[in-house]
Amino acid sequence: MKKSLGTVAVAAAMALSLSACGGSGSSAESAKGEISYWLWDANQLPAYQQCADDFTKANPDIKVKITQRGWDDYWSTLTNGFVGGTAPDVFTNHLGRYGELAENKQLLPIDDAVKKDNVDLAAYNEGLADLWVGQDGKRYGLPKDWDTIGLFYNKSMLAKAGISEDQMKNLTWNPQDGGTYEKVIAHLTVDKSGKRGDEAGFDKNNVAVYGLGLNGGGDSSGQTEWSYFASTTGWSHTDKNPWGTHYNYDDPKFQSSIDWFAGLVKKGYMPKLESTVGAAMADTFAAGKSAINAHGSWMVGQYTGYKGIEVGIAPTPTGPEGKRASMFNGLADSIWAGTKKKDASIKWVEYLASAPCQDVVASKAVVFPALKASSDKAAAAFKAKGVDVTAFTEHVKNKTTFLYPITDNTAKVKGIMEPAMDAVVSGKQPASSLTEANNQVNALFK
Amino acid sequence: MMTTLTKNPAARSDQRPARPGRIRRGGLRRYGDLKIALFFIAPAMIGFVLFYVVPTIRGIYLSFTEYNILGDPEWVGLDNYAAIAKDPLFWNSLAVTGQYVLMNIVLQTALALGLALLMDRVAKSTLVRGALLLPYLMSNVIAALLWFWMLDYQIGIVNQFIEWAGLPRVAFFGSEEWAIPTQALINTWRHMGYTALLIFAGLQSIPQHLYEVAKLDGASPFQTFRKITMPLLRPVLVLVLVVTVIGSFQVFDTVAVTTQGGPVNATRVIQYYIYQRAFTESDFGYGSAIAVILFLILALVAFIQMKFLKGNESDLD
Repeated sequence: MKKSLGTVAVAAAMALSLSACGGSGSSAESAKGEISYWLWDANQLPAYQQCADDFTKANPDIKVKITQRGWDDYWSTLTNGFVGGTAPDVFTNHLGRYGELAENKQLLPIDDAVKKDNVDLAAYNEGLADLWVGQDGKRYGLPKDWDTIGLFYNKSMLAKAGISEDQMKNLTWNPQDGGTYEKVIAHLTVDKSGKRGDEAGFDKNNVAVYGLGLNGGGDSSGQTEWSYFASTTGWSHTDKNPWGTHYNYDDPKFQSSIDWFAGLVKKGYMPKLESTVGAAMADTFAAGKSAINAHGSWMVGQYTGYKGIEVGIAPTPTGPEGKRASMFNGLADSIWAGTKKKDASIKWVEYLASAPCQDVVASKAVVFPALKASSDKAAAAFKAKGVDVTAFTEHVKNKTTFLYPITDNTAKVKGIMEPAMDAVVSGKQPASSLTEANNQVNALFK
Repeated sequence: MMTTLTKNPAARSDQRPARPGRIRRGGLRRYGDLKIALFFIAPAMIGFVLFYVVPTIRGIYLSFTEYNILGDPEWVGLDNYAAIAKDPLFWNSLAVTGQYVLMNIVLQTALALGLALLMDRVAKSTLVRGALLLPYLMSNVIAALLWFWMLDYQIGIVNQFIEWAGLPRVAFFGSEEWAIPTQALINTWRHMGYTALLIFAGLQSIPQHLYEVAKLDGASPFQTFRKITMPLLRPVLVLVLVVTVIGSFQVFDTVAVTTQGGPVNATRVIQYYIYQRAFTESDFGYGSAIAVILFLILALVAFIQMKFLKGNESDLD
């Protein structure tokens, strides 16, 4: 009896541990079988499914199983997968995350394969390939796409306000009075009785249409919220990029930019932060509650897809130093260090980064592929759909981009900066309070 | 659980006059019982050990380490606890959780008691009684999302009504003042039917003849409630309070699917802060240490409730 009880317990424990690490068990380094691939953007799924089908046609021994997971669950599920041994062989990687993954030895360096297979790193848009070389000098991914920031605007609201599209293309900005950018935003703001933001008697507490939409406080990167104007002052997030070790949220140039931003809320030109919890910024734009939204190029499909609204895209404003600025973010495909199918995974990553796949992605006009030639094809595909994307591509052409800040501790930096930025944008704290947050951030690097 | 433990030896004593543990000659029979007992306990025991005891011990161990889940835990002694004592976000999370628990429990218990009395006296139809449970049958996440949309600042139906009534829109989730009360109310709405059901069960166990006697003696309904219902309901109420307070302290899902700690830090409740430190910021040692502190707080709260409300004694005995 006792013995059999023990057996039951052991059997139960085994069943549990077996189910916990299911999915493994084929030979290492194989170039055959099924590999798993994860991405988070549902809009891009059809393009990559097409790539996977083409890939299997060319390599009948390898099948690719694509799983799409929303951004909110993506990273925690991935981390659990690393620990539990169920992570995908290949996955879409983000600049804000890969530093920590590489440091914890979860990514497979692919230098040898890239060299052996003669992948031409110069064919990618400038800087994109270098982003994926870690602090240890090893390559952890091949670039797949890039994005920049632009101003989406409601054409009919602009026409009603008497603002020409040429004016939109030549906006200027400075942290003191906001330049012509603020003038346009003010003029596009309309209160419930029809008074514009720059007219006498404007009621800032009863606004019907805000000149500028608000996505949120922007946490540590401010990618679409404030980085596009704050960086025109010559400010940058970190001392160097990639792999900076000191953040600059205490810089007066940055703080005066953020004071201007928070000032828009006080003046009634931008919605209160509290009203942005819930409905997405793009949807409120579609509902006619804002005239201009600063957003990323990955949103083109969504903004131009709304029925009944004519959308134009203008480049971000020119700053005090006479230049525009946009964050330049790029994704890449990385291989999990624990993959059982190393060779097949490398093949797939190289295929994803090659012209045949990136041209497929370009043809779907959802995102800009990393290869220069494919980028041009994507711009043409957008044009064929009636969307002018020069606002995004000219940042790359004129080299007015700066890189997404790549450092260690990015999750912790975000954890500190998110509430700090929210407090400033909601008007509870002045921008000078960011100096204290900056001290906390920099203490992480000691 | 405690009641059964203290009562069992006495209850069993008439079946088996000699306590088997003391008599060596009865050892063989006792051993046979043990095997069968183990057999029946085993399924629960395996689950308990695997899913509760082992993780708890491991969590306590991890609280003394620096651990980012992908590397190996590194022993740092009491460093995490020292850092937590100086962490304003930890103290903020305690205060926020305290506010939430207070609002949630006071309101929920009062409403549930009222509902239970109605179920006992007025609403005798199973349909009506069942309807009270409906919100509880919904998953927490669904309930939270449902209200998240209905209370949305821009497109929520509730704000539409508020505007029609000529009042200014309310940022239920977006403003620091409203965020915690809103979530406390949502969870009150979801849980009060279930809590009412527990209290209702307690009400049903009060012998009817006591009420008849009280009626004969000319007691007013309020007197009956105060002198008979409340004292006899006490053990059930204490149990309900212990369970709901512990549950309330662990509020997480509502926050996670709506405000995620914001605006600023207004809803960064303790469980969400643990999750943020451990799973978002990969600081599992620090997260475990806060979890251990929460565990101690809850143990203390449960102990105080049992001790001072005499939850393990019934006035019916």
